[in-house]
Amino acid sequence: MAVVVWIADDTWPDCVDAARAHGGEDFLLLHVSDHDVPGAAHGALAGLFGRHPARDPGARVDDLAAGHSTRLLEAAAERLGLPCRTETRTGRVEHEVVAACRDASLLVLCRDGDVSHAGPRSLGPATRFVVDHALCPVLLVWPS
Amino acid sequence: MLALSVLLLVAVLVCAVVRPWGWPEAAVAVPAAVVVVLAGALPLDHVVDEAVRLGPVIGFLAAILVLAQLCDDEGLFHACGTWMARASGGRPRTLLGGVFVTASVTTAVLSLDATVVLLTPVVFATAAQLGVRPKPHVYACTHLSNSASLLLPVSNLTNLLAFASSGLSFTRFAALMALPWVVAIAVEYVVFRRFFRTDLDAPAHAPVVHPPQELPVFALSVVGLTLVGFVVASATGIDPAWAACAGALVMAGRALVRKRTSVGKVVRAASLPFLAFVLGLGIVVRAVVDNGLDDVLKLALPDGTGLLALLGVAAVAAVLANVINNLPAVLVLLPLVAPLGPGVVLAVLLGVNLGPNLTYAGSLATLLWRRIVHDHDTEVNLPEFTKLGLLAVPATLVAAVVALWASLRLIGG
Repeated sequence: MAVVVWIADDTWPDCVDAARAHGGEDFLLLHVSDHDVPGAAHGALAGLFGRHPARDPGARVDDLAAGHSTRLLEAAAERLGLPCRTETRTGRVEHEVVAACRDASLLVLCRDGDVSHAGPRSLGPATRFVVDHALCPVLLVWPS
Repeated sequence: MLALSVLLLVAVLVCAVVRPWGWPEAAVAVPAAVVVVLAGALPLDHVVDEAVRLGPVIGFLAAILVLAQLCDDEGLFHACGTWMARASGGRPRTLLGGVFVTASVTTAVLSLDATVVLLTPVVFATAAQLGVRPKPHVYACTHLSNSASLLLPVSNLTNLLAFASSGLSFTRFAALMALPWVVAIAVEYVVFRRFFRTDLDAPAHAPVVHPPQELPVFALSVVGLTLVGFVVASATGIDPAWAACAGALVMAGRALVRKRTSVGKVVRAASLPFLAFVLGLGIVVRAVVDNGLDDVLKLALPDGTGLLALLGVAAVAAVLANVINNLPAVLVLLPLVAPLGPGVVLAVLLGVNLGPNLTYAGSLATLLWRRIVHDHDTEVNLPEFTKLGLLAVPATLVAAVVALWASLRLIGG
């Protein structure tokens, strides 16, 4: 059973460090691209009513997101410095994370809201959803 | 005749969004315009009127589209990304400010097309590079492509159409719309700061590398001189479209000499099929208006030029922009409101430019778009878009109309 490390855009180094400190044999580094973002860009093109059909910014953002995800996972694997697998998913972030850690031994994730105070607002809505719905044990770390 | 015209209009709009068999949008609009004329739904002199009115608008739009594309080729938007990354220092809130400034200026000067097609991917890449969540910033681009398109006639095709019918000079248009533009952007900013509070509160990282800032001086100078050209042309009674043409020609000439672009690419940037589509759509809409829609809409449009009347006109325009799309909406409303004076024409623009943030492209297009998205096997969280729109659109619309009313009182229509 794997230790799943959620590689979020902004808080991933703390999760990787916590995963290394926790230890384990099988690590899965998981990055999820939010499909709403290219969706919004694609919708804006629809608003132009047929202009520039071949230059969909949604498709461009999709490509950029795929490259970004690959680079981020490479950087995370390097920081972890241990054998690991990586996985990229695209969709509704919180749903994809919950689905990916269904059979995990542990999910490592980070507080990503207003971390100047302890309390519920220190978790963003997606992280709150994952903490509430994950079927595996969860390691919730504070960002450094 | 009304039934035939409406049927043709629906066919034109649906085909423009669905694009059956990959046809260009003009493939249905131009034949539909021919049918309208042959069936006698619109007298030939009205067709000529419409063509004479739309001709310069179409030329103006083509020049701006070419100018924006050549600015992108010169690296202007890449430089904007570098500037936003450096100025933000990796802080999400500061980046949002930078995105608001960049997207507002880009939309105002180089039109909403430039923000949607050229700037949005740059903003995503900038956020990704900084390790900042991209959603608030990309959404800001899509919203500002509408709400920051109030300032100049070139900012939006709807503005160009209204500008042609309003009788205002370029500078007077800009002077009257300056306050509504600033107010709409400010309200949008407040809504974004609150709506994306958690994303913007997220921990920040200082960016690891600072790419060197490269300033595309030539592109910036040409855009600046084109803006000056608009003011000078307007003051001397020349059509400001010529200033846009001059700017586009200078940029294209240099890029061609340096072999950075080809004639084919420049022509493609002008979106010729779309320009033919605008002409066809204009004629079909005119037939619908002349054959009875004008009587129906006159009942819905309030009289007068007071604050309440302007609010009413803007609300009708916003609803119509959401029911069909802002382009046909403005074509329908302009002949009705042009005799009421420039203030009412500008109120229509506030409605058709700010309204689409509620459903993006107007509900018809959104429905079709959702179908297309569904075909691509992705599901988009429309409730979140709509919630953001429900907060932003009424607030920006009311505030911008009040600002327009104040401008009209201060400057005079």
